[in-house]
Amino acid sequence: MSLPVSIPRTVLSPKPTDGSPVYKSVAVVGPPNAGKTTLFNRLTGLRQKVGNFPGVTVEHHTGSFRLDSGEEVSLIDLPGVYSLNPKSEDEKVTIDVLNGEMPGAERPDAIILVLDSNNLNRHLVLAGRVIALGLPTLVLLNMADELHKQGGQVDVLPLARQLGTPVALVSAVTGEGLHAVANFLVATPQIPEPLELPIFGDPRHCREWAVRMGSQASYRRGATPEWTRRLDSIFLHRLWGGLIFVVVIVAVFQTIFSLGQPASDILQKLLDGFAVHLSNWLPAGLINSLVVNGVWKGAGSVLVFLPQILLLFLVIGILEDSGYLARAAVISDKVMAKVGLNGKSFIPLLSAYGCAVPAIMATRTIENKRDRIATILIAPFMTCSARLPVYTMVIAAFIPDRPVLGPVVGTRAVAMLSLYVLGFAMAVATAKALKSSVLRSRDVAFVMELPPYRWPRWKSLGLRLMDRANAFIFRAGTVILAVSIVLWGLTYLPMHNGQPPQIADSAISKIGHFIEPAILPLGFNWRIGVGLLSSFAAREVIIATMGTLHGVDPVSHAMALQDALKSDLSPAGAIALLVFFAFAMQCMSTMAVVQRETNSWKWPILQFLYMTTVAYVAAFVAYRVTLLYWN
Amino acid sequence: MEDEANRVTINSVLKLVFNFMKIPSLKPSHTLSDLALGESGILEDFDMPQTTAEHLMNLGFVPGLEILVARSGPGGNPRVYRVDGTEVALRRDLSRCIAVRPLRNAEAEMR
Repeated sequence: MSLPVSIPRTVLSPKPTDGSPVYKSVAVVGPPNAGKTTLFNRLTGLRQKVGNFPGVTVEHHTGSFRLDSGEEVSLIDLPGVYSLNPKSEDEKVTIDVLNGEMPGAERPDAIILVLDSNNLNRHLVLAGRVIALGLPTLVLLNMADELHKQGGQVDVLPLARQLGTPVALVSAVTGEGLHAVANFLVATPQIPEPLELPIFGDPRHCREWAVRMGSQASYRRGATPEWTRRLDSIFLHRLWGGLIFVVVIVAVFQTIFSLGQPASDILQKLLDGFAVHLSNWLPAGLINSLVVNGVWKGAGSVLVFLPQILLLFLVIGILEDSGYLARAAVISDKVMAKVGLNGKSFIPLLSAYGCAVPAIMATRTIENKRDRIATILIAPFMTCSARLPVYTMVIAAFIPDRPVLGPVVGTRAVAMLSLYVLGFAMAVATAKALKSSVLRSRDVAFVMELPPYRWPRWKSLGLRLMDRANAFIFRAGTVILAVSIVLWGLTYLPMHNGQPPQIADSAISKIGHFIEPAILPLGFNWRIGVGLLSSFAAREVIIATMGTLHGVDPVSHAMALQDALKSDLSPAGAIALLVFFAFAMQCMSTMAVVQRETNSWKWPILQFLYMTTVAYVAAFVAYRVTLLYWN
Repeated sequence: MEDEANRVTINSVLKLVFNFMKIPSLKPSHTLSDLALGESGILEDFDMPQTTAEHLMNLGFVPGLEILVARSGPGGNPRVYRVDGTEVALRRDLSRCIAVRPLRNAEAEMR
């Protein structure tokens, strides 16, 4: 099944070695879990940026590698692939870029192929396919440190002769052997044509070819580290495995809630404090209001998410790099399968109870695109922390505290719990509906490779945190900022004699009056309408807006605000408002992040329409039903 | 390339005919799901969409290789299999679509 391959001789002829690069742009290719990203980070360091090709959700990194001569070669880190069949989006992107068919990306001059030296029998199959593309290729057998530690070995010279490309045994973690990259980039060594490459053929033949290549290179795989098996016999134990899982999850969220929320609060205080100084420093008027209430507040609403995003990604990064995340997915899979999802959705969905924004960013660990979209679509139904102040205020104002189950569990606690259950139930129903229709997995939902346990590396964790923070601030943040400025314009314009209008005269309250007929069936008046509109900036903003509308400071006069609310809402309207908040996607940050993660406006808009419709219908039903029993 | 495509077509046509006539002849007698924890077998065939089968083969599930049921998740689903030096977790529904030839213990020990 092997076909002869002709590789252009020109690219194999020696080039003058004056230290300047032979290639201008080089693609880094390799299977998942071969240490490709670690290698890319090692070569480019902080000189990298992240991007999306038009129309695809797959992300890629570009960076530059500096040679001794000071000249730079641009490197592009392509999605991890097992083969070059354009079956998945990842594979299609990689193939299109390598063939120069990806709009917005030049065809690379050469390829650095990263394989795991501990898995050559599988990974060499990919080498055959990649070399057959005809681009000059450097094959790096990565994780040499692990191979040697576990008693394995491989001779690179016979392998290079067989493949017709330079081959080097390297370790991206320790840096061992990486001078091969610079050597490759400044001078292509003279290497005869490959003896034989499998291009197409059934997997059995390809694997036989790979094993033959390996044996000619005296390849011996290292033994699986004994402690990986020992750890698995605990972490995947029928009884202890589940218990440890629960402990890990509780610890993760305890960390995020006990550190992340206070950090966000402190940051918010600092930002507010600075806003006061800024406002005093700037001359009063339009500019002052725009800068303080529009731009600064908008920027602040981006920044307050950072502590939680960084913490969640730090913890998930540790779990992922250590190998535990794959085990956690195995353990939680049985529960997630009941709603048509798989174990990889568990942690993102759980973190949505804190905030949907980092949760949606955390769905990157889900490789299956359909499962990932489904998880993104249901995450905002989970009761996030921004809903809590709203729930607390409305429940305190309208629901009398009576004991239900003994003195501890009262009506208010039951109301709060019901709202959590409501959001969860709608998430489950939506997931089931999606997974049995538009997002049904054509592929099999759950095939999970369990990598050996490894110590996480601080450097790669740090780079990933920076990457996530950048992606959030500069991509999602710009949308959030823009919406904040629009909301500012609606609230503070038109100005009269340099003074902002009374909120009742502002554009937003005109819209509030305008939409009043639409929300009247839910038992809401125009003030609640203005509150709903303003809560699009962030859910809890409705409290401040209601305070402004009634001229009451919501912090110092919480009771007064609760009384004032009773003039806007009947008890039935209050129940409808709670239900509306449980379902509606009133959060521009979530929308911005969904747009960013799916690289399209289709999903956030569909999600917004769906959640708003559900919220509207459910609030209407809640209002009508409550009217029958409680008025 | 071409004859491979043809073979797939003939196979799938045959499968349709057999299914239609309700002939169980193509049903494998042993699947991966039948192996108990700690038992091993030789991978034989996949009865699943081509994409899924190829993905499994990329992960080391190549016909002819030995596979071992290494661990069992909570409630016996999913289970973890050891094949070609790696461990992969599969659900029961998928492991039922993978035909294996069970190895007797002595045979397994010799390998």
